[in-house]
Amino acid sequence: MNDRCDPERFVADVMTKVPPSGIRKYFDLASGIEGVISLGVGEPDFVTPWHIREACIHSLESGKTSYTSNFGLLELREEIAKLYSQEHCVHYDPASEILVMSGVSEALDVAIRAITNPGDEIIVPQPAYVAYVPSVMFAGGVPVPVITHLENNFKLTAEDLEKAITPRTKALIINYPNNPTGATMDRKDLEAIAKVASEHDIMVISDEVYECLTYNGKHTCFSSIEGMKDRTILLNGFSKAYAMTGFRLAYALAPSPIINAMMRIHQYCMLCAPITAQVGAIEALRNGNEEMQRMIRDYDRRRHLIISGLNRIGLECYEPKGAFYAFPSVKNTGLTSEEFAERLLHEQKVVTIPGDVFGPAGEGFLRCSYATSKEQIVEALDRMKRFVGTL
Amino acid sequence: MDIETRHILECLEQDARVTHEEIATLTGLPVEDVSKRIKELEDIGVIRKYRAIVDWDLAGDEHVYAIIELKVTLERNLGYQAIAERLYKFPEVRSVRLLSGQYDLSLTVMGKTMKEVAFFVAEKISTIEQVQHTTTHFVLKTYKEDGVILQEQEETSRLVVTP
Repeated sequence: MNDRCDPERFVADVMTKVPPSGIRKYFDLASGIEGVISLGVGEPDFVTPWHIREACIHSLESGKTSYTSNFGLLELREEIAKLYSQEHCVHYDPASEILVMSGVSEALDVAIRAITNPGDEIIVPQPAYVAYVPSVMFAGGVPVPVITHLENNFKLTAEDLEKAITPRTKALIINYPNNPTGATMDRKDLEAIAKVASEHDIMVISDEVYECLTYNGKHTCFSSIEGMKDRTILLNGFSKAYAMTGFRLAYALAPSPIINAMMRIHQYCMLCAPITAQVGAIEALRNGNEEMQRMIRDYDRRRHLIISGLNRIGLECYEPKGAFYAFPSVKNTGLTSEEFAERLLHEQKVVTIPGDVFGPAGEGFLRCSYATSKEQIVEALDRMKRFVGTL
Repeated sequence: MDIETRHILECLEQDARVTHEEIATLTGLPVEDVSKRIKELEDIGVIRKYRAIVDWDLAGDEHVYAIIELKVTLERNLGYQAIAERLYKFPEVRSVRLLSGQYDLSLTVMGKTMKEVAFFVAEKISTIEQVQHTTTHFVLKTYKEDGVILQEQEETSRLVVTP
């Protein structure tokens, strides 16, 4: 009998097809270097506003340390419903159409699993956030990329979407404001997508976690478009708007049969979102607007700073209207995204994320997060200028 | 107030030394526009002054501060304004506020020593005819001033790269 065992052979086949996030590599590269300035961070540089942290501390002091309903605290679901009624005129029933979850990452995975049969095609516009394609694959679905282009400010067009649809298409994942491009879609743009979704009878998973970070103009939530509420799984969370990344708190809004299906997955894999984070979220929704607006104005100023700076260096950059990412082109340097990012890190100690990490459509671009201080952005731009000068 | 004005004021509030060119970059406004708006804000008194927040203790020039509560009697035809004017002319008086509640006015007084402050209050403030009563509270330590925390803060660390 051979008692030597190779644990590798127990790993599921799908894992060989899903590599670790390309972002991880840059974390490892940057971690060993002293004095780096990072434009590679996909989270706010603000600490969660004190009143939110204080509400969490108080809840711990008063012994709120138990499980909650699988759906999340009713009080929180009611606040979420109120927010959508007031801000977007779309009405969700707190009892059956809202599910509180541990971050949009969990919500995304659960939403895809809840609707995907083996072999179902899920359309993912690219460049795309790193989790979409792997989540589809884990669920046994087939990710179908649709390329978005700089010429269209990285908006998804109805025409390109339509070309990707087949009889096996189950759903489309959209993410506006977008990570990594910072692109937004206004109501008119989304109505064109909605029309295609209706005609071909597909679901839309709309990840709107960057909703609040929409500069000049108001965000349109996808389910507020006529006829879309019944075919939308809307995902949103507290990480970006309220600088609460570490709390891991988000929610899904969807028709009750879908929420019911999602709840059954969530119930068995997560049970419920942490109660402390839920208490913080209630406080954020009730009293967090002023602090949030202050943070947004700050991001908006840094957005102007980084966009004008990148263009001045010669890294052509369109004006992103949302999130906190600039997505300049490095094509005219003759380097690939990866060569540019790696050399920039080694030669000038500035961390950026090469666009191809977000799918082949991101090749030739760089994701630069401006969720960092003004001083750091100015210094990073100086270093990038020096680097481009040596090419 | 429009959003551009708010942006300009927040830039200056965060750093009074920021240049008009920098504000123009941060807001996307033409620099002439920024200069014109700032001039207007200065003229109408929205922007009162540009100054540094100094930690004098750290600089080695230790000052003593006291909060003085004042109860006053008002005279016919003379409101709080008249007494406030008398008080704010003293350079030792750093702030004057009219308050609701138990007492009427609150002053911040600065001096070199506790004795100096105490004598200033006894000789210059208490002797004003309308002043009925004073209570002096010496400031032992300032933790936060004008929204700025005057202590070394522990850096909160984010990972260098996140999705």
